[in-house]
Amino acid sequence: MNIIYMLLAISVFVAIVFFVLFIVSVRKGQYDDTYTPSVRMLFEDELVKEGGSIKSETSKEKITNSKK
Amino acid sequence: MVNCFHCGDACLDVEIKHDEKSFCCHGCKTVYDILHDNDLSYYYDLEKNPGISPKEIAGKYDFLDNETIVEKLLEFNDGTTQIVSFLIPSIHCSSCIWILENLNKLNPSVKSSQVNFPEKTVRITFSAEENSLKNLVILLSRIGYEPYISLDDSDKKEKNINRSLIYKLGIAGFAFGNIMFLSFPEYFEHSEFWLDQFKPFFRWLMFAFSLPVVFYSGSGYFVSAYKGLRSKILNIDVPIALGIAVLFIRSTIDIVFNLGTGFFDSLSGLVFFLLLGKFFQQKTYSYLSFERDYKSYFPIAVTRLFKNSEGKTVEEQAEVYTVKKGDRLLIRNNEIIPVDAILIKGNALIDYSFVTGEAEPISKQSGDKLFAGGKQQAGILEVEVLKPVAQSYLTQLWSNDVFSKDKTGVFENITDNISKRFTVVLLSIAFISTIFWLMVDPSKAFNVFTSVLIVACPCAIALAAPFTLGNVLRIFGREKLYLKEASVIEQMAKLDTVVFDKTGTLTTNQKNLITYEGVALSAEEKQLLTSTLRASSHPLSRSLYNILDKNDIQTLDDFEEEVGKGITATFNHNSIKVGSYEFVGFSDETNSEFKNRTTVHISANRVYKGCYIFNSEYRKGVAQIFKQLGTDKEVIVLSGDNEGERERLEALLPKGTKLHFNQKPDDKLNFIKNLQQNGKQVLMIGDGLNDAGALKQSNVGFVVSENTNVFSPACDGILDASQFKKIGDYLNFSKKGVQIIKWAFLLSLFYNLVGLSFAVTGHLKPVVAAILMPLSSISIVVFTTIATQYIGKKLRMDINKQS
Repeated sequence: MNIIYMLLAISVFVAIVFFVLFIVSVRKGQYDDTYTPSVRMLFEDELVKEGGSIKSETSKEKITNSKK
Repeated sequence: MVNCFHCGDACLDVEIKHDEKSFCCHGCKTVYDILHDNDLSYYYDLEKNPGISPKEIAGKYDFLDNETIVEKLLEFNDGTTQIVSFLIPSIHCSSCIWILENLNKLNPSVKSSQVNFPEKTVRITFSAEENSLKNLVILLSRIGYEPYISLDDSDKKEKNINRSLIYKLGIAGFAFGNIMFLSFPEYFEHSEFWLDQFKPFFRWLMFAFSLPVVFYSGSGYFVSAYKGLRSKILNIDVPIALGIAVLFIRSTIDIVFNLGTGFFDSLSGLVFFLLLGKFFQQKTYSYLSFERDYKSYFPIAVTRLFKNSEGKTVEEQAEVYTVKKGDRLLIRNNEIIPVDAILIKGNALIDYSFVTGEAEPISKQSGDKLFAGGKQQAGILEVEVLKPVAQSYLTQLWSNDVFSKDKTGVFENITDNISKRFTVVLLSIAFISTIFWLMVDPSKAFNVFTSVLIVACPCAIALAAPFTLGNVLRIFGREKLYLKEASVIEQMAKLDTVVFDKTGTLTTNQKNLITYEGVALSAEEKQLLTSTLRASSHPLSRSLYNILDKNDIQTLDDFEEEVGKGITATFNHNSIKVGSYEFVGFSDETNSEFKNRTTVHISANRVYKGCYIFNSEYRKGVAQIFKQLGTDKEVIVLSGDNEGERERLEALLPKGTKLHFNQKPDDKLNFIKNLQQNGKQVLMIGDGLNDAGALKQSNVGFVVSENTNVFSPACDGILDASQFKKIGDYLNFSKKGVQIIKWAFLLSLFYNLVGLSFAVTGHLKPVVAAILMPLSSISIVVFTTIATQYIGKKLRMDINKQS
């Protein structure tokens, strides 16, 4: 049962790692603007369609083909 | 009606057909062309009519040639790469984000640009070798995204965001979760082989987790309790700090002497919930600022004239701060005069509405004194500086003591009020029960003493106000009353006097109510009048032109505008004169009826016809608001304008409303101060820089704003002009919010009684505390949230019924 010392040590260590990651992301300002990235994310999708419209269409076709 | 493809405005006078699309003006068409030529028409796919019509900017940004100014604006500069952040008020949709983040397609020197939508800022990295800041600003302005650059940008403040509350909350939550897991086994088993084996290890681990909670997360409560005690106030943080300290000491003693598990779970839970309340109470509107002063309104630079060695007059762009007494300045159309000055050359027509509250632009002759803050409306001026920017008539207001004081903490809040009595009662119960147990069973005395302090720790009381006010704050935000902080709501509930500014607050800035008095004009004369007004750029001509029928616009044979006086025009042997009474030609009779009122007189073929009277238009529902507020409050109007509107106001407002005119900015401040010295709780509602002192001095200061993008002075809350008539409902709503807090206090006192009955009898086990404390906290949160949402819904329904 002494394994519990090790297990606890590991779990606390993992928890602290995540906690430190949280603090770091707050400090970097990741939560300062929570709106713009959500809009920006959608642009890039659209842009790919515009620039490489043929590509995305062909890949769609492949998917539909494979379904058949 | 056709709408502009670019900006969505209706194409009124002109409709420009281009590329099978309609545009309302050449500006919009140009932006469309720029975007179209650069393969950026995706802009129009994202949102319908996303654009903003660009404004005339010729010469406006010449000051960006001055390197010291540029240096002040830049965030980073290593000679090759420069980074700059702009506030762009016109950012409003996803198309805006897209175009601003694709600036490099318009200009390759831009390396990257990132928009912060809630703050309406864009941060641009560009190559200094290929481009200058000035060109960048011009590029942005040309596509309709003109940056807002003011004197405020010149003293660069380090962006210091205080995130310590998030860290504290994070640590408390982290420790709370872990300690809960570690203390769980002992809740259910008292003695079991493996449990006994690991008990000490678990306990010391909990102790370790609780250390940062007490000494970092909870540190604020100790500091605040200490400060409170020093100024002899028993604020709510005193019993909280006492509770935290007792919890920690008792738990440590318990595990050192192996008496029990301690209360580490309750301890961390308590701190976590308290911080959660604090966090919830904050709601920031990142695009609004409640701290602005004249600096965000004044320009950063001004055109200075000086004679060079050859005796020629040269223009230079100078920082406003470097302008000295005796300097000659050039003020262009629509520029703000940043200093007190004497007019040397040019026709001055100055709009002081924002600064003094005078409704109409005032024309000045050379030799007249011009005050800082006025906006020139007709052509170019040359002025000589009398006083530099920091000493001008207007900016002097900011040297008043009120501006250096911090309003928060001045007023006692409802929680501290109850905490005074609570703490006294709590301590007496603790001591009485300890004395009782010392006589009956001394071994239990310490146990009972600490238990009382632990279980009575007013966590629930401390949570009642933050969660109620936090909810109310959000409801107000939804109803377009944006408050600076939650404590304003408590102040709102106490108000008994309401003071209104007139210009811009009771009146609208946009429209004028224009009436005609005199002989009716014939159709021909009307035609001529419209054509004449069309050619004039005077603000009164513009607003008069907008209300007239625009049929058969003719090209005039002759047109002459004398700035500050009026217009003479002829067409087909008919002549017309439009302007002041004197100008129209009857200067002998000084007509007292028109004094103090804004009028435009008309004569046709040398015969006096009549005049258009410009009345400021009052906001809808002004009379009802005064009636509603008047039932239980004193209502006063405080105007910087002259008495010209007195009669109309008296007719409009309920009898007995006090009206004060010709109030200078510091008169307003002192007026409010006087009211307060007579024990009044004052709400000031204003809009301009002239109200800044009064807004700051009052218990609660609100700014009415037509457009939350534009400048508003420092205040406690910004009210969207469309919601103006609901101000009475909002004040009542804040009263209901405070009522809810009082109910929540009762509820939490009930929990405290239950807990105390365990504690004084010496039966408080860690598991009881661990259940009771979160239970009371959570039920307070649930109660306040449901109650505020309920009254919020009722407010919404009342408002809908009215409209």
